[in-house]
Amino acid sequence: MHHLLPLLVAVPLLGAALLAAAGRRVPRAAAESAGCAVSAATAALAVVLLLGSSPPQAEWVGGWVPVGGESVGIVLVGDGPGLGMAALASALTLAALVYSWHYFDEPPRGHSGSFPALLLLFQAGMCGFAIAGDLFNAFVWFELMSVVAYALTGHRVEEARAVQGALTFGVVNSLGAYAMLMGIGLLYARTGELGMTRIGQELDAHGPPDALVLAGFVLVLTGLLVKGAAVPFHFWLPDAHAVAPTPVCMLLSGVMVELGAFGVWRVHDTVFSGPGGLPAADVERALVALGVLTAVVGAVMCWYQRHIKRLLAYSTVAHMGLFLTGIGTLTPEADDGVALYILGHAGVKAALFACTGILLDRYGSVDEHALYGRARRLRGVAVLFVAGGLGLAGLPPFGTALGKSVTEEAVGGPLTVLYVLASAVTAGAVLRVAARVFPGLGPRPEEGDVYETTGSGEEPETRQRLSRVPDTMTAIPAVLLAGSLAVGVVPGFGGAVGHAVQEAGTGGLVHVSVHWTAPGVLLGLASTALALALAAVAVSRPRLLAAPDRALPLRRLQSGHVGDYVAWLLVGTTLLGALALPGILGS
Amino acid sequence: MDVFAYLVAAWVFLAGCYGLATSRNLIHAVGCLSVCQSATYVLLLAVGYRDRATAPVFSDLKPGARPVVDPVVQALALTDVVVGATVTALLLALVVQVSKRHGTVDPDELSELRG
Amino acid sequence: MSPRTRLWLVAVGGAGVAALLVAACLGLPAFGGDHHPYGDRAVEASLAHRTANTIASVNFDQRAFDTLGELTILFAAVLGCVALLRQTRDEHRARPEPAEVAPPVRRYALLVLPVALLTGLYVIAHGQLSPGGGFQGGVAAATALHLLYLGADYRALERVRPVGLYEVGDGVAVCAYLVTGIAALLGGAAFLANTLLPHGTFNTLSSGGTVPLLNAAVGMEVACAVVVLLARFLDQAVEIEEESGT
Repeated sequence: MHHLLPLLVAVPLLGAALLAAAGRRVPRAAAESAGCAVSAATAALAVVLLLGSSPPQAEWVGGWVPVGGESVGIVLVGDGPGLGMAALASALTLAALVYSWHYFDEPPRGHSGSFPALLLLFQAGMCGFAIAGDLFNAFVWFELMSVVAYALTGHRVEEARAVQGALTFGVVNSLGAYAMLMGIGLLYARTGELGMTRIGQELDAHGPPDALVLAGFVLVLTGLLVKGAAVPFHFWLPDAHAVAPTPVCMLLSGVMVELGAFGVWRVHDTVFSGPGGLPAADVERALVALGVLTAVVGAVMCWYQRHIKRLLAYSTVAHMGLFLTGIGTLTPEADDGVALYILGHAGVKAALFACTGILLDRYGSVDEHALYGRARRLRGVAVLFVAGGLGLAGLPPFGTALGKSVTEEAVGGPLTVLYVLASAVTAGAVLRVAARVFPGLGPRPEEGDVYETTGSGEEPETRQRLSRVPDTMTAIPAVLLAGSLAVGVVPGFGGAVGHAVQEAGTGGLVHVSVHWTAPGVLLGLASTALALALAAVAVSRPRLLAAPDRALPLRRLQSGHVGDYVAWLLVGTTLLGALALPGILGS
Repeated sequence: MDVFAYLVAAWVFLAGCYGLATSRNLIHAVGCLSVCQSATYVLLLAVGYRDRATAPVFSDLKPGARPVVDPVVQALALTDVVVGATVTALLLALVVQVSKRHGTVDPDELSELRG
Repeated sequence: MSPRTRLWLVAVGGAGVAALLVAACLGLPAFGGDHHPYGDRAVEASLAHRTANTIASVNFDQRAFDTLGELTILFAAVLGCVALLRQTRDEHRARPEPAEVAPPVRRYALLVLPVALLTGLYVIAHGQLSPGGGFQGGVAAATALHLLYLGADYRALERVRPVGLYEVGDGVAVCAYLVTGIAALLGGAAFLANTLLPHGTFNTLSSGGTVPLLNAAVGMEVACAVVVLLARFLDQAVEIEEESGT
């Protein structure tokens, strides 16, 4: 079975290569069907491998199995979290392909296969990164994923915003990736190895951590946290998500950004968790501090948006903060919770983007104010949008609620409040949009002239404005929401995820049972109630919760200027280093 | 001299970052990004160097006759070069479109996305 | 943010990163040291598979999976550039004007073209033996064709360079690399295992097992990719014009 692991990458790549080679000859429908078929086949393979991933498998590509514990080859890791992320990425790619089926704007002339081929390459990059057990190999697939994402984000080249957002995305993420490569170079110099587990062993053999280990940790994490949109590395994300085509947004927000958090978990767990790595207290301080900052900034900025895609993008930032905080506490229980939370969040967030895409293609706008009361007739979409908002708040029995409650229990104390508030504020913003756009509740929003990006003047992504919404476009968000619900409802699913994460993380030494608890359900209900209350107040008394002047400095930071973002990246790297420094000084 | 080559890599990386942050022209910014990447080539190749060693190619060298430098970092650097070239191509393609849609390549004048 | 504030941020962040990097450099093993465990193993493994150029062995045998990623990044960039630099609705194509070229330039370009092309192909073919390989040779061969643009004009280049064909070639080369890898898997070994062909005689063209095959696939991919990439950028410079312009 483990010989099949590389096929998770090879199959979508082969599909993409064939589509690109034959794309000039075959009609569009055939190219898109082929893309869906290949993507579905990869998803099925990922699920089959996932079912056989206990105990975790390892595959040495090229048959370079270690001799005396040492190998010259590349190892792939087929454990629960890795294959789970690969399966999630594949499922969302399939959803994006079906969503864009036939209606998405015309591809470049004579290249009907190019859009599905790019999505397949994206899928291959994400799968490759998820199962990489070699640090440099992880960098390579990380770069593939990034390069495809830049191209897909700027795909609508007629839009001035799209190309600007894609360029910012490209510059900031590439710089992060090069910082990561510097880190890999430093670790290679110290250990002479590239396999993650081997690097960890060599670091342990070398003795207590020093400045070089700290630098390796900080630089590698810089790359991953840029991808994972942790404050202050996050500025590219709203700019890119606001402009990317909807199917691409579903993938970026649903799984690519989360892969950054997954990478942090993987790299810490395999490379830096031993005695030669960084002390746990320092890693915890660094990750939890950045996580809390990210959750707060993301939630506040989310509330002040009127561009719906941008609003959803900030809600992704806030949730990434919650994921990072959970991972940062370095407890097996929190890892379980975050894994479930990521699964539940992916379905909900992708569904919300899909619904927003329908609004864009039907009304030519994604602006909360301009759409006021215009979507009254889209009842089905309204139901899906509200359900998505409630899922985002963590209404039991959504998977988000299960993941959130397990994480809350693991982090405990004041951090629980953060989880409740961040999910309530972001969900409140989504429900506020739903209340204004669909039934047109409350007074008509006033036009402000403050520092903001409106969502009007956007071109539909379909060839012309849709007069009726195609079934595929409504079916996809429904299926995604059902998936998110299934994460929380299917008996034994949470336990299976928890078991898989434990087996990969602690080697199966710790057994934590994952299930619904009364406090968890109550906290989920509390954040849902809070979200509903916030939305109700915002709609009925807009003045009360409108952006105060003192929020303006925070909003001005998001300047759209690539130089600013690079400066923030440097500050973030320094901050990360300073937060993790005490342990090095002490030892 | 023991760490000079490594310090060059650090210097090149920071110089690239400074250029990126203060750039007034997006083409220049993409160039600065390549500078940052050059730092990784310098670091990798410096890490792999071995005193008095030659290239790890045995078509005209008897194996074992002379020490050779680390071939792995050279392969990594090659991968890195290809990645860098493609990223540069893609970003320049985006700059072409930015210049068409915005009529400028000065990042100070791009004000569509903010807040 | 004002340029002044940004400069302060860069100063603070840059100082932190600089301190981190310098501290790390001081902890690195001394330059030119003898401790390269992975490198030493790679040399042994390369000789065991009778590949004279160790770097080719690392790229196309030991770490061939990295090269697959590298290859697809290039492939993705080509697809991406084709999409990003497409002719949009508000643009049209203009026939490029024939250009005057100074006779010495023309003579020199036409003289060098076959030499450069041959050099590129030589470098690809000898990838497993001498420095170079598919990536380097592919770039040389692809740029050689563009001497026609310098020596004659854009139309002459377009005649020898049907871009569509090169796009197909790009995809086919990626397929070839993948099929070689999958063939090993079907043969009962691991993906991309070097088991399909005998390892041959050391230091001859047919040595190294599948290394020359993968090397050739990469050479073809890189050559096609560079041709297509340059074609897209030249299109923008020479052919595509905005409706309102001219």
